[in-house]
This record gives sequence, structure tokens and C-alpha cells, in this order.
Amino acid sequence: MPEPTVVDATVVDPTVVAADYFQSYSVVGLLAVVGVLFVAVAFGAGRLLRPVVPTPEKLLTYECGVDPVGEGWAHTQVRYYVYAFLYVIFAVDSIFLFPWATIFAAPGYGATTLVEMFIFLGFLAVGLLYAYKKGVLVWT
Amino acid sequence: MNDALDVALRLLIVFVVFLTFPLIIGQTEHKVMAHMQGRLGPMYAGGFHGWAQLVADGVKFAQKEDVVPAGADRRVFQLAPAVALLPYLLVLLAIPIGPGEGAVGQVVDAGVFFVLAVMGVGVLGSLMAGWASANKFSLLGGLRTAAQLLAYELPMLLTAASVAMAAGTVSLPGILDAFEWWWLPWQIVGAIVFFVAGLAELQRPPFDMPVADSEIIFGAYTEYTGLRFALFLLAEYAGIVVLCGLTTVLFLGGWHGPWGADGLGWVWTLLKTAVLAFVVIWLRVTYPRLREDQLQKLSWTLLVPLSLAQIALTGIVKVVIQ
Repeated sequence: MPEPTVVDATVVDPTVVAADYFQSYSVVGLLAVVGVLFVAVAFGAGRLLRPVVPTPEKLLTYECGVDPVGEGWAHTQVRYYVYAFLYVIFAVDSIFLFPWATIFAAPGYGATTLVEMFIFLGFLAVGLLYAYKKGVLVWT
Repeated sequence: MNDALDVALRLLIVFVVFLTFPLIIGQTEHKVMAHMQGRLGPMYAGGFHGWAQLVADGVKFAQKEDVVPAGADRRVFQLAPAVALLPYLLVLLAIPIGPGEGAVGQVVDAGVFFVLAVMGVGVLGSLMAGWASANKFSLLGGLRTAAQLLAYELPMLLTAASVAMAAGTVSLPGILDAFEWWWLPWQIVGAIVFFVAGLAELQRPPFDMPVADSEIIFGAYTEYTGLRFALFLLAEYAGIVVLCGLTTVLFLGGWHGPWGADGLGWVWTLLKTAVLAFVVIWLRVTYPRLREDQLQKLSWTLLVPLSLAQIALTGIVKVVIQ
């Protein structure tokens, strides 16, 4: 858990204790409970309102109106896995931008921190350029 | 006791907004699309310009039979709509519509972070639906949804980080407290990238390849009927509310208006959100669907570099003006 005071020095008193910090999330939790209740009530009410008349034809997998061809699981060329790799690398990196973003311009940081960020951005950009050069970003 | 009442009231308001705003946007979409295409749109339900069309749709959905295909993974199939819908409810809680504690559901310290993280959960609903349907087209749609999220989450994160840099905080009200009018031109590239990436995440046209009807029927939602299908639709429109609200808060200055924020701050927030929602509808009517590879290419070769450039610009300006 990161220091809450660093994340949010402008809004909350810096001497905030963990109990107060997590109080906001308890409201989030309450809303989640409300949401789950809403869905449960909707599904429950739906069960009472709707007809249940299953026939084998209805329960058949839908494929544009004709009988399904082959099994439910089909072969397909997964073209997305390279994007998934790229995403994992980039997203994990960019998460680190947030804690840095809140303090980089604070007194005592300034230009040096900015240069560090450019090095970081440089890494990201070179990585993307490499992927581009390798032809990963072009559909094959 | 008073605190409990306060919290209950806030939760109630957020919940009501969650249930009504998506319907308002849906009805607006019916009418705006119709008029842009030289039609009238719904005219009968409710009497006045078909205002009750979506209510009628809801009644219809609730009465329809709930078909779970024989080959489907029952539990996962049935749960998927809830997973797709609920994240947007949670995000609404954190979006401030006016200055001060009173005009936000709950101040979440790590606002931007929380909001983006929770929004990303929604895609799991589509993946679950796609996988559990045991239908080729659903699976393809689910995979396309996931790939689209992977591609567009990144520019969204980076541009949001740019705003956090400008404000020096990740709290949403904190960002608005720090807002100055010249942030608009300063962050304009980030704003456009964020909005476009958000549209893609919601699978709105022109980024609706995952539900391309002419190719894969209706993607991950092909096998759904009745109430569960309605919940997926509600998730899409709740997503529009959330995206437009977030763009407003992060890039357009939220409650700040040309004549100051006194008292009328929430009007500005709602107005900007409504205008953005109109743009979302407008884009749907205007642009043809992007092909899947064009879709990926747009993100990786245009939006990601642009957002990196925006971060660099934000960093330089911020240090120079210190």
C-alpha cells in the first residue's frame, strides 16, 4: 500500500490515519453491495415475470439461423497475443507514472526528475519502435 | 446516525443517476440518430415524441424468455451481464459534479487510478459472455473486445497520467481544484486521445468491430436474450455517461465555467457531459466501422505515440512554469 499522504497531499490533511483513508473505500464497498442487490433483484423478478418454455431448437447454438457447424469450440488464429504482450509491458510501466506524476514538479525535484522521465519515455518509445520495425503492429 | 443517512442519500443519488442517465442518453440517441438520418424515430410510446420508448423496451425485455444455450457454461453465462454492468456504477460514485464534498458521491483519494482500474473490469463481462456462450461468433467477439481493451487502455492511462502531472494529484476533485483555463489548449491532444480511446473501450461505433453484425452476428452478446441482454445494453450506455463525465472532469474543467463556479458548477459539469454524449451519438451516425486491423493500428501507431508526446509536453511546461 503506498503512502496515502503522498498520493493526495492537497485534499486530505497530511496526518490522515489509515482508518480514515479506507473509509472512502468502505462507501465504495457499500455501493458494490447495492449494485449486487440490484442485479439479484432484477434477475429474481425476471424469473417470476418471464415464461419458461424451452425446446431443443431454442437451446441450440445460434449461427445466423442455420444449424451450427462443427463443435462449439472452433479453431481460430489468435492474432492478438503479441498485442497482449505489448500491453502488459506498457501498462505495467505506465502505472509507475502515477505516483511520479504527483510529485515531479514539487520543490526539490524539477528538471532532474523531468530528465529521468524522458529516459523512461525513451524506453517506452524505443520499445514501440522496435515492435513496429519487427512488423508486429501490422496485420499478417 | 446523521453520517449513515448522509451516506445512504449519496448512494441513492448515485444509483438513481446510474439508472436514469443511460436511459436519457439512449432516448436522445434514438431521436438524434433519427433526425440525422431524416427519420422521426420513436413517436408513439408515452405520447409525446415517444419519450417512453425505452421504458416500453424495458418492459418487453423483462417479459422475454431467458434462453441459456444447451452448450453454454451456465453460471458464467448468467453472471456475465452483472460483471459488465456493475463497474460503471462504482465509477459514478467517484465523479465530482460540483465543488466541495457535497457534490461528489465519495471523494476517493486515488481517484484517477481507481476510476481507470474499475472501468477495466467491465471487459471481463464481455470475455465471460464470449467464452461461456460456446458459440464461435461469441468467442471471436469476446476476443476482439479484449484485444480492443488492451490496445486502448494504454493511451487512456497515459493521457490520464498527463492530467495528474499537470495537477500534481490523482484525486478527481483535486485535479479540478488545480484547473486553469489554459489547461484546455495545453491538454487538448490528451483530451482527444482519451475520448477516442474511451469510445473504443466502450465498443461504440466507429470502434464496434467486436459486435460487427455483418460479420459475427452480435459478438459476445449473440446468445443473450431478455433481461440479461438489456443489462449489457445498459452497461454500454452507463459507459457513455462515465466516459463523458470523466473527460469533462479530467480535460474540460468540470464545474469551471466562463462565469465562475459559484453555485452553478454542477450545471457546467452536466452541460459538458451532455455535449460530449451528443458527440458520441454524432460519431456513431457519421463514421463507418473500422476494420479490426485498422483498429489496432490506430491505437498503437497513432494514439500511443500522441499520448507519450502529450506527457512530454506536460512535463516540460510544468517544470518551466514552476
